[in-house]
Amino acid sequence: MKMKKAIALVLSTALISSVFAGCAKKGGEQGGTQPKANVKIGMVTDQGGLGDKSFNDSAYEGLKRIEKDFGVKPDVLQSKQQENYEPNLTQLGQRDDLTFAIGFLMEGSLKNVAQKMPDKKFAIIDAVVDLPNVMSITFKEEEGSFLMGVIAGKMTQTNKVGFIGGIDMPLIQKFEAGFAAGVKAVNPQAAEGLMNRKTVKYAGSFTDSNKGYELAKALYNDGCDVIYHASGAVGLGLFKAAKEMKKWAIGVDQDQAETAPDFKDVILSSMIKRVDVGTYTASKNLIEGNFKAGHMVLGLKEDGVGYAPSTKNNTPAEVIAVVDKYAQAIKDGKIVVPEKIEDVKNFTAPEVK
Amino acid sequence: MANKNTTSSKLRAALNTLIFPIISIIIAMFIAVFFVMWAEGENFFTATVTLFQAIWEGSFGTSFSIIETLVFVTPLLFTGLANAVAFKTGLFNIGVEGQFIMGIFAAAAVGLIPGIPAFIHVPLVLISGMLIGALWAAIPGFLKAKVGTNEVINTIMMNFIAMFFVNYMIMGPLNAPGKATTPLIQDSAKLWRFLGETNRVNVGLFIGLLLVALVYILLWKTTIGYELRAVGLNPHAAEYGGISIKKNIILAMAISGAIAGLGGAVHVAGIQYQAIQLFGFTGFGFDGIAVALLGKSHPVGVLLSAILFGALNSSSLNLQLANIPKDIVYLIQAIIIIFVAADYIYKWIGEKRKKEAMING
Amino acid sequence: MQKVVEMKGITKVFPGVKANDDVNFELLKGEIHVLLGENGAGKTTLMNILYGLYQPDAGEIYVNGQKVNIKSPGDAIKLGIGMVHQHFMLVHNFTVAENIVLGSEPKKGIKIDMQKAIKDTKELADRYGFKIDPNAVIEDITVGQQQKVEILKALYRGADILILDEPTAVLTPQEIEELGVILKNLVKEGKSIILITHKLKEVMAMSDRVTIVRRGKVIDTVYTKDTNIDELAEMMVGRKVNLVVQKDEAKPGKVVLKVENISALDHRKLPALKGVNLEVRAGEIVGIAGVDGNGQTELIEVITGLRKPTEGRVYINDKDVTGKTPRDIIEAGVGHIPEDRHKRGLVLKYSLYENAVLGNHYKLPFAKGIMMNYNKIKEYARKLIDEFDVRTPNEEVFASALSGGNQQKFIAAREINKDPELIIAAQPTRGIDVGAIEYIHKRLVEERDKGRAILLVSLELDEILALSDRIAVIYDGQIVDILDAKSATEHELGILMAGGTLKKQA
Repeated sequence: MKMKKAIALVLSTALISSVFAGCAKKGGEQGGTQPKANVKIGMVTDQGGLGDKSFNDSAYEGLKRIEKDFGVKPDVLQSKQQENYEPNLTQLGQRDDLTFAIGFLMEGSLKNVAQKMPDKKFAIIDAVVDLPNVMSITFKEEEGSFLMGVIAGKMTQTNKVGFIGGIDMPLIQKFEAGFAAGVKAVNPQAAEGLMNRKTVKYAGSFTDSNKGYELAKALYNDGCDVIYHASGAVGLGLFKAAKEMKKWAIGVDQDQAETAPDFKDVILSSMIKRVDVGTYTASKNLIEGNFKAGHMVLGLKEDGVGYAPSTKNNTPAEVIAVVDKYAQAIKDGKIVVPEKIEDVKNFTAPEVK
Repeated sequence: MANKNTTSSKLRAALNTLIFPIISIIIAMFIAVFFVMWAEGENFFTATVTLFQAIWEGSFGTSFSIIETLVFVTPLLFTGLANAVAFKTGLFNIGVEGQFIMGIFAAAAVGLIPGIPAFIHVPLVLISGMLIGALWAAIPGFLKAKVGTNEVINTIMMNFIAMFFVNYMIMGPLNAPGKATTPLIQDSAKLWRFLGETNRVNVGLFIGLLLVALVYILLWKTTIGYELRAVGLNPHAAEYGGISIKKNIILAMAISGAIAGLGGAVHVAGIQYQAIQLFGFTGFGFDGIAVALLGKSHPVGVLLSAILFGALNSSSLNLQLANIPKDIVYLIQAIIIIFVAADYIYKWIGEKRKKEAMING
Repeated sequence: MQKVVEMKGITKVFPGVKANDDVNFELLKGEIHVLLGENGAGKTTLMNILYGLYQPDAGEIYVNGQKVNIKSPGDAIKLGIGMVHQHFMLVHNFTVAENIVLGSEPKKGIKIDMQKAIKDTKELADRYGFKIDPNAVIEDITVGQQQKVEILKALYRGADILILDEPTAVLTPQEIEELGVILKNLVKEGKSIILITHKLKEVMAMSDRVTIVRRGKVIDTVYTKDTNIDELAEMMVGRKVNLVVQKDEAKPGKVVLKVENISALDHRKLPALKGVNLEVRAGEIVGIAGVDGNGQTELIEVITGLRKPTEGRVYINDKDVTGKTPRDIIEAGVGHIPEDRHKRGLVLKYSLYENAVLGNHYKLPFAKGIMMNYNKIKEYARKLIDEFDVRTPNEEVFASALSGGNQQKFIAAREINKDPELIIAAQPTRGIDVGAIEYIHKRLVEERDKGRAILLVSLELDEILALSDRIAVIYDGQIVDILDAKSATEHELGILMAGGTLKKQA
């Protein structure tokens, strides 16, 4: 098992470079920088800022690895409000060779700034900005969520699982769709509630953990015994409810059994989204002179998403084995996980051996 | 002779009003210096230099920073004036935030309408922001006037309603597919960015400056302002003088809300070009409370304190680059507010004691 | 005789006012000592210092020969000093006994021993000759009785030195006499009493010695038996005063104000007016006499549109103005000098010129459309200031910068200059200096002679008697009788004000 995972890791890392080549736009601007470590790299956080134990921290993690490996110290500007995005990006754009915009909210601001400074490089996480000097990094959250669905489908005893989303929007719906498809693959009965969205709740917020608590209690009382969330800090409420009611929860973005250790007993697994892989790779490419504008999509194959290492603590090995099989099938292209909720109904997973 | 006396006494009065805000700003800066010393392990002198240099450069040091400072000053002018009008009428319009958000919404929606020439579209966008802001504020005003419910609580609630409603509209009917925003507004709805398209400062700034003058005239040169201020200073006397308290409460809220809504509309038409999903309040409405307090609810004071707060906000970026936590900015703002509030409380107690002394004599 | 209190060189400065300036004051054991002065002279400030409510900026206080430092009323009470304020501080839905023991309740374990409280109250009341029921609830008893509760409360806490601040302001003439008896009893029991007042007649009737205060300074301390009213008045005001109002016979004309069967609620939604009928004619002054809180405030508010009646009609010049807005009623020809000039009459933080047009600020020539014409307004303000001799540096200062008397003259000027047919003067001379009182009285009579109708409401019987042509007595929300001022006596009015009736000889 461990062996397999290690191999998968090695494989996916090896694959990354070729993926980037494939993603790069034909005729896109060549990364002008020489392979040297005296480039400057910066990142602008969204309102969450550093210390959010999530998205921004993860992005910073990748840059810290760059600092370790190449000695490039990143500049970080944190945004207090939306209005800070543009000046922050501008400021770093003036100083640095490559500037990361962390989060889809910065899409519009980055577009303006990148247009203003066509000779500088930019990268944005979770959004697509189609400019010759911008690399857009998005993730196949549906693939990681699919694996969570497999775990949930296998672990549920009531045959009812739930999903809590932050705000009902396409990005979060990718989580929902992948999750529902994963459940459906191993336990079609449990997927019913997800597909008709009866056990799907949206908090309308990424910060209101009380709302998460209420929604989770309602879902658990409704008979669900596993709930997956893609809702930022709202999920903390889910964990609290799970602990009180002794049910299972599944985390998101980072290994939440580690970032929220109080709840590690009720967290089956977490879908991890390797923003750090994105920032690291883009930075490394720049340093090595291979920076290419375009759209980089990080899925299971690229190790951009996956399940948390702590999964083994609460999930039985035989379930993890199934998960790994599905992961392999996705990497092999045998399964194409739907991104949209309406496509889940027509999705059928092929037999996985 | 008598005239000379009055001007000099007026000057002294103006100086007296200014002295406290200025002292509180200086003290706030000093406390901030100590935090920088503590955080950075520098001595007093270097910490002072680092801090002030970072703040100065980040707010006025370069043309870029001046422009960004003005970008922050603009919405604060509107929200500061909106709060000032309410304060002058003795009302606490915490809802400026929500009215600003509704203005954002109205402008983002009306700005989408295609095929209108700019000279109609821009006023249309601004007026729609004013109207919706006025309406949003008039509701709690009406409730206070007619039922006596507290405007503070109602406006706070209206803020949340505004935020969730606007988020719903952004993610629902007005959603730009696949994004957490509305589509960009039409070019005909945009305010002119007079330093070029890439510099965000726009004529909204001048609308704000014009409003400073208009609010001054409104408050001190018209019967409306006479009545609003009378209600604010002494509602019993106002009522005695045939001034309807109810009417003026609603009117003050509506004017306050219209200014706030206009601010939101200007923000969309000049800066954002779209409504972006809110993960929390924009903060401009709340900062506007501080701006109005520090500016003693006088339009000119609001202008000055909006510049101060705008400069501090835009310098937060530079502070981070100088390795000073951006929170120093909030620290400075918070200390200023505490001092100004303390001044108000002190004056209020003094007033009360003086009144007692007069009555008991 | 032994000095129980000695205050030396007391100075107290409030922002802009020197309330006490090097004041010396002494109280002997077993005397009733009056502190006499006009409103604003600094009497209450001095006593608040003695009671620990204010700290003096300079000076020393000795109690029973010991130098003391009184930082709070708690300290004062420990020293045996009790104070009865002008505005009573009683809990309205508590009983007499509960109020008396409040703050130093007898306890049984952790429970309040109510039986003992009632017993103590009874004993105390009997000892000093108070007739009071310990179980009565405060809101059910008269103001005079409430005052007794305040005094008992101070005694219960062991006061040997009693300060009474304007104790007669709220009492009927009969109650004032009763209070005099009580005070004599207290002195017999060895208590010492300080009486704050500005009423000369009471000084003569009640006191042993008088200390006269003027503008924060002590003018003199004299034995009551060695002085007389005119001398006291002169010391209090600083010049010779003419206390008699000169006026001719009234020539009443048509009815200007007619109040028909008006009922209204007060701010607590309790009935305050119960069917008031009243007429005021052009060219006469009708005075409304009554103890505070019997519906005077509500009656004026109903007439001026500040309060909606539950029943009845108000007519001005035969025009029904019931329930109209204050602005409508101003326009119908009513000028109103309100009873509380700080609450209603002025916007204190407005300049004088802004105050000058309160009520007709929206009219030509002061405003055209929505734009105000401040040149015209200032001109008008200067005219008011000149005409009524308002002492002020200029028209630009805040109204709060003026003394009470000048504020009141300014309000009177404004209201009279509206050229109203009816002037409502509510407590027009409350808390102002004698000079201003004289002036306002003179002006009211002049306006009467010009043919205006004047409704005068006052708690000062002397004022009512001096100015009115007819006197309506209000008690418990009703006009109980209307007397001709020429024949009415203080005694008769006192009986009516207390709810009694006059047996009229046919």
